[in-house]
Order: sequence, then structure tokens, then C-alpha cells
Amino acid sequence: MGEKPSVSMVEEVLSVYPEKARKLRAKHIVVKEEGCSCAIKSNIKCVPGLMTARGCAYAGAKGVVWGPIKDMIHISHGPIGCGYYSWGARRNLTRGIVGVESFSPMMFSSDFSESNIVYGGDKKLEKVLREAKELFPSVQGISVCSECPVGLIGDDIESVAKKMNKELEIPIVPVRCEGFRGISQSLGHHIANDAVRDYLLGKKERPEEVGPYDISLIGDYNIGGDVWSSKKILEEMGLNVKNVWTGDGTVEGMMAAHQVKLNLIHCYRSMNYICRHMEETYGIPWLEFNFFGPTKIKESIRKIAAQFDETIQKKGEEVIAKYEPLMQAVIDKYRPRLEGKKVMLFVGGLRPRHVIGAYEDLGMEVVGTGYEFAHKDDYDRTFPAMKDETIIYDDATEHELDQFVNRIRPDLIGSGIKEKYVFEKMGFPFRQMHSWDYSGPYHGYDGFPIFARDMDIAINSPTRALARAPWKKDKEV
Amino acid sequence: MSNAACTAHPILEWMETEEYKEKNFAREALVINPARACQPYGAMLCALGIEGCLPFLHGSQGCAAYFRACLSRHVREPIPMVSDSMTEDAAVFGGQANLIEGLKNAYATYKPSIIGMFSSCMAEVIGDDMKSFIANARSQGAIPEDFPIAYANTPSFVGSHITGFDNMLKGLLQSLADTRNGKWTNGRLYIVPGFDLYSANLREYRRLIASMGIYMTMLPDFTETLDSPHTGEYKMYQPGTSMAELADALNASGFLFMQKYSTAGTQKFVKNVQKITTEAVTMPIGVGNTDAFLMTLKQMTGKSIPAELEAERGRAVDAAIDAHQYIHGKRFALYGDPDLLLGLVGFLLEMGGVPVHIVCSNGNDTFLKEMESLLSSSPFGTEGKVYNGKDLWHLRSLLFTDPVDMLIGDSHGKQLAKDAKIPLARIGYFMTDRVHLHRQPIVGYQGAINLVTMIANMLIDEYDRNCPDERFEMLR
Repeated sequence: MGEKPSVSMVEEVLSVYPEKARKLRAKHIVVKEEGCSCAIKSNIKCVPGLMTARGCAYAGAKGVVWGPIKDMIHISHGPIGCGYYSWGARRNLTRGIVGVESFSPMMFSSDFSESNIVYGGDKKLEKVLREAKELFPSVQGISVCSECPVGLIGDDIESVAKKMNKELEIPIVPVRCEGFRGISQSLGHHIANDAVRDYLLGKKERPEEVGPYDISLIGDYNIGGDVWSSKKILEEMGLNVKNVWTGDGTVEGMMAAHQVKLNLIHCYRSMNYICRHMEETYGIPWLEFNFFGPTKIKESIRKIAAQFDETIQKKGEEVIAKYEPLMQAVIDKYRPRLEGKKVMLFVGGLRPRHVIGAYEDLGMEVVGTGYEFAHKDDYDRTFPAMKDETIIYDDATEHELDQFVNRIRPDLIGSGIKEKYVFEKMGFPFRQMHSWDYSGPYHGYDGFPIFARDMDIAINSPTRALARAPWKKDKEV
Repeated sequence: MSNAACTAHPILEWMETEEYKEKNFAREALVINPARACQPYGAMLCALGIEGCLPFLHGSQGCAAYFRACLSRHVREPIPMVSDSMTEDAAVFGGQANLIEGLKNAYATYKPSIIGMFSSCMAEVIGDDMKSFIANARSQGAIPEDFPIAYANTPSFVGSHITGFDNMLKGLLQSLADTRNGKWTNGRLYIVPGFDLYSANLREYRRLIASMGIYMTMLPDFTETLDSPHTGEYKMYQPGTSMAELADALNASGFLFMQKYSTAGTQKFVKNVQKITTEAVTMPIGVGNTDAFLMTLKQMTGKSIPAELEAERGRAVDAAIDAHQYIHGKRFALYGDPDLLLGLVGFLLEMGGVPVHIVCSNGNDTFLKEMESLLSSSPFGTEGKVYNGKDLWHLRSLLFTDPVDMLIGDSHGKQLAKDAKIPLARIGYFMTDRVHLHRQPIVGYQGAINLVTMIANMLIDEYDRNCPDERFEMLR
């Protein structure tokens, strides 16, 4: 049996660090107890030499925000590696002919050599852009996502973009997301949002009038088909999803997104900046929602419908009524197999809080959660969702996560690829909760049955029973 | 809307033409779908092969996240590595403070017995001097004076992952191997696998060499890191080349490199500078290349090739002859690292297969010449053309203007195979969409049997799937 999270546990786990590192890290871990102030430090530099799960600004800008926009070519501008490692690695599904209507599944690089570092890469970038347009005439725009060296050698990609925008007559968007900027993916999201604001948003008007039910779906990256599942609910409610940012998204959808009545935002962390901007500039209100698990979906449908008239509210109730028996069947099937199981999460973006309800729908309990790159406002939204005697960790190092898991001994861990096999080796059931472990969707009514099935597969797989050799005594597993 | 339903799109049709191919090959700056990663990735693999070694990236932390994720996806194993998380202030003031603090924290927390340090492009561009930074870390007491650290400069804008592997290996020897002790040797043959993500290949080398009664050390030995047993316990450090064996490396009786192009600089160091008996073989893929490997072992050590290996050879030849009709005359396109391609093309030629398009994103002129000479050595090689420094989008054009029966490469070619409607034999790295391929050897006689089996059966599967009903039968 595992321990309950406690302050002394945290102190013991951190005691291995040198004094300075220990003090720094102590501010990032909170055990939620009655009367706790729930103050947690976040969005601060990683401690050098401790194994962080965090990525970089490029990962946040190219990997998360820009990459899924399908009819654009996203150039990884700099050496070959960054583009290679992020190629196809986030499961942003798209519809359309690859190379004609969708470029997201491909990898484009300006492949810096030593001479580009010495003499600058601007001339090469011009050529890269020309070649991209020539070989892919249907491309609707090009983003230039800078890697570390570009910012260090003083290249002026903004000027190149301006010049080539005139020459090629498509939007060319410079994105200053060098990996050394900021302290995690998070600044990359912000930089990407700013680039969308400066180079695409509002640059095109759709001829038709803005309808009363026109909305944008923001902060859904279509991992494993999430967008399609979320859109289905919104459309059944009678709303017109005019644009999706950015999963399976298009340039037109980025440009004309100011012509809607409401922005619905799922991943607050990565896209709140642009929602605030649209609110200030165009007066478009925005609303956070949660489409994980039937309880949160129902709450969200009602919250969204309340922004509209009775027609939508009535349809919203019909949608809930239509799917509730189906969801109840899923719960009836899986809850007996999952009831009381304890979960620990460590993910990015929205999941460390948004999936809690879905686990609770299955009778499971989240006893620990944390974010790779959250800010204070994410934790403000997370603490109320967590019960007492749970643990919340920010930018947890691998050492901390290993130790907490080893002592709390949850029945399931949801985290990323870098953590997966550490915990599999220890014998803990694990699901990747960035990529849905190559499954999905997990959003919406289509997603919940898959989510429930996947958690059951992880927890109740008979393979773990093979771990102990029959000739070994009980203690020597 | 699937691709199959849209084949009539005029742009898509244009992309399959000779005219498009010319435009595509005229490309000078843009790289599309390359078969190549960057230096520090290879350095990480190399460092993981020393027992108790913690790979340490001097540079931005995002790189470390990418390398760890990328290798974990391929081998489905935990990959430990730290970075010193350089950010904007380090870009301005240099990364010394990060490096020293990083060493202090990593040493205290993860208790490595050695650290293998290498650089990201950020550290290289700003010109950080790892050697003096490490010395300062020692003098400031961040790590003990005698704590072993090897380091290598691995700029990602030069070469590829195989260059980084080579640089780290040379760095390990230069930083941590003791000076050569005159003419005395430790009687051990040092086997360098090169950048090879098949843990089973490393096991196979060990088995073959042991059966000849040769004392060996594998350097680096990342077999267990890429394929460790489930014990219910996570061990950050897997068995590998021991520190003692690394320290004693320059007293080796000889060095045998199992890949040439991923070890070129280290070969020069061992052979020309250290004057150690050194051989480099073509990766022993197929019967002929395995024969050459064993003959080299025999020549280097004076040991004979035992009867059991001759029998194993016989079984591989038997498998090749039994299956020859399915591969003979079939046309192949391949992409991957230079060493892998040389081995695979040798194997195809001995089976009567016809290598047609050979795309290498990270080969040099020596590789080009060696591959061309290999092709010209066989009547089955006359159609083969090597495309050095090209990428998978170039290969796409080739697959339409001059079609083949099968594509050989890693998961990154799956869209290509789908578009060209040919099967993809997944041989190489990095596999992100199939399980456990690295757990079966492709080298040695057993590897030859595995490859013949895989390729012949895939071609038969393909025929079964596409043949007219009246041709669908029990016998193949």
C-alpha cells in the first residue's frame, strides 16, 4: 500500500539535492491539506542538471501552435535536428491530400550548415521560401520557425518574410521561437500567438454575414482526432464552428477568425493570449470549457448554450439526452473494473486539471497532478479540482516523480513518452497523456468510450502478472 | 477524404511527372523529409553505452527533451539524460554558470560514475569552451577533482547523428582512456558497433565473437539501455562498457569497427595517432558481409571459425536459396545511414535483388565511391544509382518516374510507400510505428535469415493482397 502525500515525504525526496537546488524546488511542490495556502511557484527556469520534462519555445511554437495548420508549410529554420525530432511526433491529424492540401505530416527544414552560421542564413531562407512555393503551388502560407542559432547570429527573418510575402503573394510568417527563449514551451505558445495576431488574424474577410451561432474552437490540436469529436458536439448543438485553432486548421480560418460571435477555448495555456486580444480588439467574448468525460461535457454544453438563445439551449439539452445513456453504458461497463483506482498525472497544457472529471466519471481518483510549464493561473484553476491529501508538483524532475510514485504507489500514471518506460519498468500501469498513447480521440462523447477502454487496458492488462518468475520467492519480484 | 479518393487532383498528378522531378532535383536550399538527425543525438547514444554514464547536454533543454523522446519511441525504453538548461542570459553571458551548476546538481542527484558531455548548437554558436568550464567546475568544488568527464563538441549544423556519435566516442577515448602502455596489450579486441539502434545486432556480435573464443570489449555497449529486462525496478544506469575497460581501451590488441562512416574520426585517432591495429568492416548484413567480418576476426586474432558457425552459415545460405525466387529481379529503393545502406545493398545483390534508388541524406564522397563500386561489382547493381545528400521528397519523385517493388527504410518513409502503393520493409531507424524490430538482429547469418524471411514474405503478402481472384492460391 502506498503512503499518503505529506510534507515530510516531499522534504525527504528533495533532500538529495544540493542546498540551492533543494530550496528552489521546494517552492514548486505543494501537498494540498486543509488550511493550506496552495501557493506554488511556477513558470520559472529549470534547475540546470536536473532532468526536466520541459521542451523549448520552438516546441511550443512550431510543435504545438503552428504545426497543425495544414495548408501552410512550416519551415524549421536552422539546423536539421529540431524539425526532424518534431516531425509527426504530436499526432495532429489532418484531412486532405498530403503535399497538396495538407503539409502537416511533412518536415521542411532550411538545414543550416556551418557557412550559414558564419555568413548568415537570410539569403538561404529566401531561396527556401521560393523553392517551397514552386514545388507546392497550392500552399496557402509559410511559417518560418526559428531555431536557436538564428537568433544568436542576428539574422533578420522579418525583412526576408516581408520581401518574400510580396514576391510569393502568400503570407510568410516569421516566428521568433528560438529554443533558448523563455524557460519552457510556454513562451513559444505566446510568441506563436503574437505571430498569428501580427501576420494572419483579421487580414481576410469572409463575404458572408457573421451568423448568430458562428464560433471558433480554440486550443484544440486534433490529437488523435480530438477536434472532429469536439466539433461534432458543437455542431449538434446548432453552432457553426467556423474556425479551429489550430488542429486540422487552415490559413483562412486563422485570418478570418475575427468574424465570430464567441471563442471557445479548450487549451487555455497555449491560446489564452489570442483570445484576450480578440476580446480587446474585436469585442469577441471567450469561454473556457472541458470536453473530457460526460460530467464535464454536460456542464460545458450548458455553459456554452447559456451564451446563446433558447434554440441552442434546447438543442444542447437534446444532445445531452441523446448521449447520456450511451455514456452510462460505458460507465456501467468500465466503472466496476476501475472503481477506487488512484491516478497520478504529470502533463502539459490543460490535461492535469481537465481530465480529472473523466477519471472521476469512472470512479477513479486523481491523487497527484502537475504541469510541465503551467503559470499561476493554471494552478488557480487546478487546486479547487483536487481533494485534500493530494500532491501538486510543478516542472517535476524525473527524480521527484519517481520518488513520489514509488511512495504513493498509484494504480495508474498518465504522463509523457520520456516518463512512460521508467514507470513501466517499475511495474506501474501507464498511459501517455500528451499523445493519447497513439489512441484517441479522448475529447467529446466519441472520445470517452476510448478513454475508458484505454485506462482499463492499462490497469487490467494480464501482462503484468507475468513479471514474477515462479521460482522466485515473493519478495524478489 | 482519403488520399486514394483524391488521386485525380491535378497537382498530385503533376507531382508524379518527370517535369516535377527535375524541379524537385533542382532544389538547392529546402530540405523536405530528410533521413537524418543532428550530432548531439548520436553523442547521447554513444554516452549511454558507458556503464554509469549520464549523458549531459550543454545547451538548451529542449534538445534533450527531443533526443530522449525520439530514442524512447524507437526502442520503448527509458532514456536518461540531463541538460544545463541554457536560456537567454546564457546566450548573452555564456553558459559557464549553467554548466557548473548543472554538473553539481546532476552529480549529487543522479550519482553517475561518469558524465559524457556534448554541446547543442546554441553553445557552439556562442563559442562556449567546455574544457575550461569543466576545469572551473572542479576547482570550484561542484564535482570532485577526479570525477571522470568526457566531452565532445557536437555542432548540429555540421554532419549528422553519425558524426556526433563519432565525436563523442573520440571524446571518451581522448578524455578518459589511459595513455597507451608501449607495445603491451591487454589482449582484448575492442569492437565498436557504430550508430546502430538494433540492440540485437550488438548481442549478435558478442555471440559470434564469443563462439570464436576471442576476448572482446564492446565500446560503447548500449545493448542493455536499448533493451533491458523487466524486473519491477527502474535502474537509471544499465550495464555497458565499464569504466575500467574504457580506461584500458588504448591498450587493446586491436580495434574492429562494425561501421565505417559513423566512426571515421575515431578510426583515424586509434589507427594513426595511437598506432593500434585497426580494421573497419562493412556492416555484416547478408552472408557475404558476415563472411568478411568473420574472416577479419580470424585475421586479426589468429582464431579459427568454429564448425557451429559454419553450420549457421549453411542454414543462412539454405534460407537464401530456398527463398531466392521471391527476391530475384525485384526492384528496391532504400534510404538510411551510409553504413546501413552499404550492408543492405550487399545483401540485396547476393540475393539477386535489384537496388535501384539509394538515397542517403548523410553520406560523403567516400561513401558515394564505395557504394558505386559495390554496385558495379554485380550484374544486379547496374541499375542502382546513389543519391547522396538527398531526402525522401527526392525519393518520392524517383518512385513515380522509375517505380520499384519495395521500399526499405524506417517509419519516416511510410507516407512515401503509401503514395507509391508499394510495401515498406521497415529496416533501419527510427521506427515510431512498429514494435520491437530492434530486438531481432539484421546482422550475422541469423540476421540474413531474418531479412530473407521478412522481405520474401512481405513481397508474397503484397502479391496475395493484390492478385486477381483466379490467381489466389494455397501455394506460393
